[in-house]
Amino acid sequence: MSGDLILDVQNLKVDIPVSAGMLHPVRGISFSVKRGETLCIVGESGCGKSLTSLSLMGLLPKTAIRTADRLDFLGQDIRNLREREMAALRGVNMSMIFQEPMTSLNPAYTIGNQLEEVYLRHIERDRRKARDRAIFLLEKVGISSAASRLGQYPHQLSGGLRQRVMIAMALMCGPDLIIADEPTTALDVTIQAQILHLLAELQREFDMGLILITHDLGIVARVADKVQVMYAGKTVEEGPCEAVFDRPLHPYTSGLLKCIPVPGKTQRGAPLGSVPGIVPNLVGDLQGCMFRNRCEFAMAGCATLGDEPTRMDDGHAYTCLRPPEMALEPAE
Amino acid sequence: MLKMTPALETDDVTCVFQVSQGFMKGIKPLRAVNGVSLKIPKGQVVGLVGESGCGKSTLANILLGLQKPTTGDVRYNGESAASFNRKDVARRIQPIFQDPYSSLNPTKTIASIVSLPLRIHQTCAPEEIDGKVHDILDLVGLPRRVAQSYPSQLSGGQRQRVAIARALIMKPEVVICDEPTSALDVSVQSQILNLLQDLKAELGLTYLLISHNLAVVEHMADRVAVMYLGRIVEEADSETLFADPRHPYTKALLDSVLTPDPRLGVPDTHLGAVFPNPIDPPSGCSFHPRCVSCMDICSRTAPKQDVDGPHMTECHLFGAEVKTPEPAI
Repeated sequence: MSGDLILDVQNLKVDIPVSAGMLHPVRGISFSVKRGETLCIVGESGCGKSLTSLSLMGLLPKTAIRTADRLDFLGQDIRNLREREMAALRGVNMSMIFQEPMTSLNPAYTIGNQLEEVYLRHIERDRRKARDRAIFLLEKVGISSAASRLGQYPHQLSGGLRQRVMIAMALMCGPDLIIADEPTTALDVTIQAQILHLLAELQREFDMGLILITHDLGIVARVADKVQVMYAGKTVEEGPCEAVFDRPLHPYTSGLLKCIPVPGKTQRGAPLGSVPGIVPNLVGDLQGCMFRNRCEFAMAGCATLGDEPTRMDDGHAYTCLRPPEMALEPAE
Repeated sequence: MLKMTPALETDDVTCVFQVSQGFMKGIKPLRAVNGVSLKIPKGQVVGLVGESGCGKSTLANILLGLQKPTTGDVRYNGESAASFNRKDVARRIQPIFQDPYSSLNPTKTIASIVSLPLRIHQTCAPEEIDGKVHDILDLVGLPRRVAQSYPSQLSGGQRQRVAIARALIMKPEVVICDEPTSALDVSVQSQILNLLQDLKAELGLTYLLISHNLAVVEHMADRVAVMYLGRIVEEADSETLFADPRHPYTKALLDSVLTPDPRLGVPDTHLGAVFPNPIDPPSGCSFHPRCVSCMDICSRTAPKQDVDGPHMTECHLFGAEVKTPEPAI
């Protein structure tokens, strides 16, 4: 049913031992996804958004350590599932769409082979049913003459078509949750709009939860129900899409929004806003707000800022010392 | 305006590649660039937009002298490219490529990468090279200590600054930026765009900015050309083009720009999934199979250029053949 809780994550952490010490790419993030809901996780490279998605799927590198206070998927605790039990969930109940459709499709097998494999592996070993399902889904994702496409290899398709095939593959077993990691970054703007349109349509039709991971705030604004802004492995701001974009409370969010040229709004030729500095190193013991070195509002208390966010009435929350009524005012 | 010689100009340039269809299947011509006339006036930024496969990078290679046009001519300051050798062209025109990860040699230090043009052209004494490298690193906002680093030690934004430093060290007249920020994060993208703006004002540079991000082009460019399947289908001043786009393809491109406005949904561009095969282009207007305002004539005859002052459109809706344009849906 629409509105049912599918995924509930509390205080998820990922640690990876490296030669310099312990790397903390994800440092305690919490979120939940309901059926029919789109959660967007947004942040720049290195903020931990991709590792978050891989840790949900149980696809982290072997050396990485995942801990969480709660990790419930469809009411089942998946923290301590064995690899075999996890593999049964993956593909059937949750599936993933990756950024680069060329590297995530196997060049040596036909499209049909790869689509049917998911079905044969997880649902039942009936080639005809698998083939019918593949044709049905290829048509659903807008690929014409689907039956003849089944015999083609990935290199015979354009980037946009390959991403459509990836989406069809993710839908083969009728999942409850789709995790899309930068699904349109490698594509043209026109194709990007089409793919996002398609994802939104399919999500409505099949009543799935969608976690969309991206660095593009334009995409987030257009598709998200809920937004989670990540910086240095933590959520710095979260809330309903409109609240976050209308009234960004964290200096990082408002800084990012000022970086984007918007036709008709930003003055042509005038300098764009920028967030100076670079992302911090996440090795070792980390304390306080990690954005303080790049923040124009940084003050003494930032070095000891805790994890507890300031919560507003409308579900909007942010982790910063500045009170909400000051958030929209420029620096002195 | 018209009297001033453009810094860079192409005159009906065509570039045809002979593409093999596979074993024993013969060879077919692929018209990557099909009769493009483009003027890049001195001190201006000209934006070139279009989807992948439309020929914009081939055009960039032709302008850089890396690819010989099959027919047509490229003129630098009014002089035909035929009278220049590669080195002369490289001194006037420099590229900045999309991916700063693959366009810098990983085995060379930054100082060596940036100073290579100086050493090739031998325009200054060897002992002056270090000073020049430091000057250019200051100019693009890199600390001098990175001169001894390798590309792998730098972040994406820093690498793109190195690529810009390398392009600018010979003081070129024209810089061709081929998707200069599409591999970068948003906060880094804005820094690089601001840097390009500052350098243009400081050094009086001329840019050809190739991008599929129309928001970036709108922000930077004085003039914009829209390319589709080897042809420029619309060209106008930025203000005109963004306020009054005429070609249905330009409209679709503009609709696809996702501005961060939570009240708008994902636009439906009605473009269809398939970009036509450039080896076997559609008859008539090459855009007609994807066009929302397609008419009978579109599949039969190719449209002619309709020039309305500085606004050029190549579409039957604006050609002489149809007097009353139908409103686009």
